[in-house]
Amino acid sequence: MTLATIGTVARRGATGFERKRTDVAGGLFKALILSALVVSLLVLAVLLIDTVADAWSQLSTRAWDFLNGSLRSRSIDDKLGVKQGLYGSFWIGVFVALTAFPIGVGAAIYLEEYAAKSRLAALIELVIRNLAGVPSVVYGLLGLFLFVERSTVFGFVGLGWLADATGGRSVLSAGLTLAVLVLPIVIITAQEAVRSVPSGLKEGAYGLGATKSEMVWTQILPYAAPGILTGTLLAMSRAIGEAAPLILVGAITGGLTRNPELWDASGLREKFTALPIIIVEWVSERGRDPGFAEAAAAAIVVLLVLVLLLNMTAILLRNRFERKRG
Amino acid sequence: METPDPVPGALSLAALAGSPRRVRRERLISRVMFCAALVSVVVSALIIYALFSEAWIFMRDVDWSSTWGELGWFPRRGIYDMPTLLVASLWTTLIAMIVAAPLGMGAAIYLSEYARPTHRAILKPILEILAGIPSVVLGFFALLWLAPNVVAHIGGEGGRGSMLTAGIGVGILTVPLVASISEDAMAAVPKSLREASAGLGARNAVTTLRVVLPAAVSGLVASLIVAVSRALGETMVVFMAGGAADAVIRTYSPYDGSLTMPSAMASLASGTDQVVGEGLTFQSLFFVGLVLFLLTLGLNLIGDRFVTRVREQY
Repeated sequence: MTLATIGTVARRGATGFERKRTDVAGGLFKALILSALVVSLLVLAVLLIDTVADAWSQLSTRAWDFLNGSLRSRSIDDKLGVKQGLYGSFWIGVFVALTAFPIGVGAAIYLEEYAAKSRLAALIELVIRNLAGVPSVVYGLLGLFLFVERSTVFGFVGLGWLADATGGRSVLSAGLTLAVLVLPIVIITAQEAVRSVPSGLKEGAYGLGATKSEMVWTQILPYAAPGILTGTLLAMSRAIGEAAPLILVGAITGGLTRNPELWDASGLREKFTALPIIIVEWVSERGRDPGFAEAAAAAIVVLLVLVLLLNMTAILLRNRFERKRG
Repeated sequence: METPDPVPGALSLAALAGSPRRVRRERLISRVMFCAALVSVVVSALIIYALFSEAWIFMRDVDWSSTWGELGWFPRRGIYDMPTLLVASLWTTLIAMIVAAPLGMGAAIYLSEYARPTHRAILKPILEILAGIPSVVLGFFALLWLAPNVVAHIGGEGGRGSMLTAGIGVGILTVPLVASISEDAMAAVPKSLREASAGLGARNAVTTLRVVLPAAVSGLVASLIVAVSRALGETMVVFMAGGAADAVIRTYSPYDGSLTMPSAMASLASGTDQVVGEGLTFQSLFFVGLVLFLLTLGLNLIGDRFVTRVREQY
């Protein structure tokens, strides 16, 4: 029973004794908070409509060419497009899935099943919660330090091999940096999913003679899979939209000569760009060539389609399983 | 002590322990899981180490008079006036909160106390979509729509970015954050309090304002603190709509363009020449990063304290 219904019942009870009055102040208050919600949603609507309207000139006439084209110096160039950005963003998503997902799920299972309620687990959880609040540029600094510069820790632990392996300012460095950035999100959502597994399932598995890892594999992972998947999808959408860490790690827009196919892994250790970086670059070039504002809007539409698809899949997945399990 | 020979057919300790191969495998798996959990600790340690080690070089070698009381922020010429960045960070954060606090809390109150469950089920995912919009998109929107259509009507210039434009953009970005933490706090208030209030004849608005909000106040404060921390660390919106390139003269007017801490870092690192300039330019990145890190960490810890207080209370 929500507050609204409680209030209605209470008022109905009261009208038996006194004349019904209109609740002017209460109505005003309700209008005020409703307008807060409406304004927030209106902003979202205006944002989407305005961007799509700006993007229309590019997308309506040459959507496919725009997806396949590369960075150009003029906005009316019929080879202009975002393929290089798609390439960077695609592989960033792949690296996030490949690294943050297994590490995050492993950490969540350790915290919930192996070390539940221990001091160590509490400490690690505190660290994870604080990591989740670290600004994204700071992760960019970490990426710069770890994967790009040939750093040393405490004067003797050389990290040069990391920079050699990633190729410095490359998609690989960017992907790993963003994997580190979204790791807390993956862990926290996976933990929630693991926690929601009914203890009856776990005890049943133990009763049949399963070891802990067999119980995790046969009971926890299948039951928690939708929740874990939701978290990973949200993490990927967050990673694909991030720009600040990429700037620090060294994403560029000038001097990119190649335009590799999406699955061509040979460009992973080379200079790179990503969709959000292309947007920033085109926005800044609109003074020189106003057509770039429209190109930027079109790139935003491409980015939003990717991000919102991931997000909506995650939200739908979660709602569906929440309803199923009541 | 020697273990006695087991009676044939009876359970022995060895039989209960399971096969050694299985035990070894279990131990190995639990170690792998432990290592996965340790990654976050290592990451935190590395962040702190990276920030402190490079910032230390900056603090040791920099001419401290160049970090305070200078004309502005000119990192490539060795002038690192911190007040320039701090003033800009304060302005954008303040403006962001003026936008986000009423919108976020209002939306949260409506969703938690007034909306019917069916409406809630539609409205909440839409707010979550707003939360998922990348900050570059908000930067674009702030610069190309908010500036000419909103900022131009409240005394600013429509053609370029400013702290005011960026602040509004950052505010929109933090609305869903404020809304979701506030809503969680109000959801934690027991229904019995609302029922008791209604039973005493209080109207909905009175119950909300006098009963639910005071009971959830820690969570509401937490939502603002976390939002401030988020706004301080927001990079791209300010970078795009803040109206400043990589160097800027100190200004106190929100109608001017300026650089906040994160946007100064991003502009220093962007461009084809990457981080070059006077000797300490690279290290100055880490120094600003360290200040930002400590500020946001402090705010998050305080915010966390408030959130746990709500949880413990009920």
